[in-house]
Amino acid sequence: MIEKPIKDYDKEVKNCSCSYCGNNCDDITYLLKNDEIVGVRHACRIGASKIINDQDQRLLSPMIRNDEGILEETTWDVALDKTARLLHNSTRPVLYGWGETSVEAIKKGIKIAEITGSVIDNQSTICHGTSIQAFQNVGHPVMTLGEVKNRADVIVYVGTNPMDDHPRHLSRYTTFPEGFFRRNGRQDRTIITLDPKYTNTAKVSDKWIQFNMDEDYLLFNALRMLLKGEELEEKEVAGVSTQQLEELIKIMKNAEYGALFFGLGVSQTLAKQKNVDVLIQLIEDLNRYSKWSMLPMRGFFNVSGFNIALTSETGYPYGVDFSRGYPRFMVGETTTIDLLNRREPDFFMAVSADPGVQFPGYTIKHLVNIPTIQVDTHWGPYTELSDIVLPSTRVGVETEGTAYRMDSIPLFMKKVIDKPKNCHSDEWILTELYKRIEQLKQEDE
Amino acid sequence: MEYILKNGIVFDPKNNVKGEQMDILIKDNKITDEVSSNAKVLDVTGKLVMPGGVDLHSHIAGPKLSIGRLYRPEDIRRGIKPPSRNDISGFEAGFSLPTCPTIGYRYTKMGYTTVTEAAVPPLEAKHAHEEINSIPNLDIPTLTLFGNNWFMLKYVKENRLDDLKVFISKWLKLAKGYGVKIVNPCGSEAWGWGKNVDGLDDAEPHWEVTGRQVITSLTRVNEELGLPHSVHVHTNDLGHPGNYETTLETFDCVKDIKKNRNVDRNQIIHCTHVQFHSYKGTSWRDVSSGATELIDYINKHNHLTCDVGQITFDETTTMTADAPMEYDLFRLTGLKWANKDIEVETASGLIPAIYSQHAPVSVLQWAVGLEFFMGVKDPWKIALTTDSPNAGPFIRYPKIISWLMSQEKLQDMLDNDVHSWATKRTDLGTYNREYSWDEITVITRSSPAKILGLEDRGHLGLNAKADISVYDIDVDDFDPTLKSNSETIENKLLNSKYTIKDGEILVKDAKIVKLVKSNHIWCNVKGLENSERLLENRIKPEFNKYYTIKYENYGVNDHYIKPDTQVNVEYMGENYESN
Ligand code: SF4
Ligand SMILES: [Zn+2]
Repeated sequence: MIEKPIKDYDKEVKNCSCSYCGNNCDDITYLLKNDEIVGVRHACRIGASKIINDQDQRLLSPMIRNDEGILEETTWDVALDKTARLLHNSTRPVLYGWGETSVEAIKKGIKIAEITGSVIDNQSTICHGTSIQAFQNVGHPVMTLGEVKNRADVIVYVGTNPMDDHPRHLSRYTTFPEGFFRRNGRQDRTIITLDPKYTNTAKVSDKWIQFNMDEDYLLFNALRMLLKGEELEEKEVAGVSTQQLEELIKIMKNAEYGALFFGLGVSQTLAKQKNVDVLIQLIEDLNRYSKWSMLPMRGFFNVSGFNIALTSETGYPYGVDFSRGYPRFMVGETTTIDLLNRREPDFFMAVSADPGVQFPGYTIKHLVNIPTIQVDTHWGPYTELSDIVLPSTRVGVETEGTAYRMDSIPLFMKKVIDKPKNCHSDEWILTELYKRIEQLKQEDE
Repeated sequence: MEYILKNGIVFDPKNNVKGEQMDILIKDNKITDEVSSNAKVLDVTGKLVMPGGVDLHSHIAGPKLSIGRLYRPEDIRRGIKPPSRNDISGFEAGFSLPTCPTIGYRYTKMGYTTVTEAAVPPLEAKHAHEEINSIPNLDIPTLTLFGNNWFMLKYVKENRLDDLKVFISKWLKLAKGYGVKIVNPCGSEAWGWGKNVDGLDDAEPHWEVTGRQVITSLTRVNEELGLPHSVHVHTNDLGHPGNYETTLETFDCVKDIKKNRNVDRNQIIHCTHVQFHSYKGTSWRDVSSGATELIDYINKHNHLTCDVGQITFDETTTMTADAPMEYDLFRLTGLKWANKDIEVETASGLIPAIYSQHAPVSVLQWAVGLEFFMGVKDPWKIALTTDSPNAGPFIRYPKIISWLMSQEKLQDMLDNDVHSWATKRTDLGTYNREYSWDEITVITRSSPAKILGLEDRGHLGLNAKADISVYDIDVDDFDPTLKSNSETIENKLLNSKYTIKDGEILVKDAKIVKLVKSNHIWCNVKGLENSERLLENRIKPEFNKYYTIKYENYGVNDHYIKPDTQVNVEYMGENYESN
């Protein structure tokens, strides 16, 4: 389907950063008419729809749920005061989300967590937290995407489908573009997809290796053995013929520069971080023969930024518990899903995240019983659960700020258009909450 | 605000003050010679007074630290301290990888006011500056990594030093960097293919450029620009037995390059953490110290300075842009390895390190570091560092000082604590030197400030920056040469009586009483703007082809550097000192 180019605009702003997926494409042109974005150039379809964004799902003023259970518009002062008081009076608050806001806002959130003894956590807890655990167990051999563009002759995607989830990953960073040492772009590279399913990424790859769901651990171990020169007794492992595995490891071993990307299909299947453990070891082993690096395919445009900001401030990457006044991090103890499943939290605030979509049913049930706050731009399932709604602004469109791409390259995101009148940035909202909580603390003394 | 710091025992080597009892007068943010009757008196009678500490090489902000913290929660747990009840600082976390606020607290309490972040890749400079915003209480210059940058390699290969000059001038502005850092030149680029270079004259396979060419070219350009700091070099072959020869060649390869006329420093090259670059032998079995030859060279020449990178017998974390070396360490130790290749610019690697006083190699490294302290005669040519956290975390500086001040203490360690390689494989046992407070002041303040080219600090002269540290040591009644006093030295120097920065009291009686935003110090060359614009236009298409972010989004904008100090350098064309 070919879309008609947009001609009816009066201003263009170049080199904007898309605030959707972890690709953080920073080459986007916004087309404006009467100070509204009417079109975009260079963005993929998901990115474009996110940026152009119709306003009908937009949260436009603060709301509080009344006694009849209906969300009612209110003033900022009332909504902020009430949120601050609920948070201040709670004993096990959780501040969750952060994947789609700026580092500047995240840092304010961390300060609030510190003074209120909250748990602060992000989407890692349900996505690549397992990968982070594996990095902590085994090691962390990574690269920026430009290394792949310029050098990689072999690229492996495992348990991830960027063609649908990170649409420009192959076209902008890894597969198709000309690289300094890969002048012919796509022709100079071998692309291999390992996935139980035949995905759109498999479709554009040179090789698709289908393996049995939940047998990643076996598969990667077999590859390690083959790399070490050992023989496999089995004719097939994880549903892949030994011969295919031998061919694969030969290609990987002979790469000049190999890059491996992995997704939730690895980090959230049966053996979870154990899968990633072996995968890292495989990459480490490969470096004896050739050059290999790896990277998790991070979902939202600033999940990586949250991990970085939280380590800068507290030392730990996610699931940080301030209940004792200093940070603690223990997966299973201080992570959101586990806390909710144990029914511990008595306050829950989600900032730029929708637990209503992301969390399992049993976990969500607890949210019905405790005060829940939403800080976000759009109406979503979580709005239906929220007692207070604080409407915020879109980073990279209405608000400036910093985000870190999946490979941790920092990007400054511009403010291009004005925010809706009665919305405020996450940073502003959190700063206001911080002030109010400090006030309440003083009154207590 | 005005203060009279009264009756302290003052060490100000630059102004030849060696332990005199005197008053230091402060008006606003400067040292002055006259204050009004409103000045507040701080009685420090008999106490040790020095300029604020200056660290010219430490790793405190940026991607390497983040990776370290992310993958070593065990190190974070080691440094946990709940928020203090009686001062205003918050919790601490991390031992070799402290959190940003923790870094500020610990340095301030040690009396340090300026700390250099020694390795920032421009592509991730925003990250470093963002972290600086979370570190309180310091002045922080950052050194920008150039030693494996593709544009640099191209200009060197084609011998286009004019372009290289403009490139450096422009890139320091983009990265908001203070000086030129070179790490394992060409080696980290070779690591892009899993390789390294071997020594100063081994050309990188693709670019066909050698470490020697990179170092001499960047030194020439650095001097033509007249940057306040010289090139800051981590020489090739770090951590390899036999590497002292490469180090010696590196010292020597720039000696005929002329120094810019306008700079205050003496050196044209600063070689960092020389300890790691001073080994003889062919393997870790037959390794011995190569320090004597290097010390001899340093003593005989004036064009170079060094810092040590002293080992401190800790479990710490190594981190460097010398990524191939980190992979070698991984092969050697099997400890968990982190690596990050950064497009067009550099690579970096990390690995935990355990330096034990019972392990022969650790002890050899420890002794080599001390050989430099003992052997380099002029303390103005050397600075105290641990390449924090590589050889040990910076909170060990006071311990090192206690070793340097007491022959009795050091001898006791050699006799009773450390493996015999310290004396068998190095010349440490042959030295008989004890540092005075004056010399300690030089290697922790005056010399690093001078080497960095930060003329306004490292001393207490008129109009100097009012950065001062006072320690609760009664200088005249305290014998630092006694072994029994070494713990006291460590303790007192870890917990200053006063740390004053820009005329503000940040620490009082070992408690943090004020937190201020750290200051980003960067270097702004003036006079090349037109050439920079032309170069930018030429570079842009290539840039946008080989980087994965747009040139327009590459630079560190003002959002990230509040507050900053812009050190302006007027470009004057070729303007050299005659030899
Ligand atoms: S690939 Fe991701 S970041 Fe790039 S335009 Fe599409 S949604 Fe946005
Ligand atoms: Zn260093």
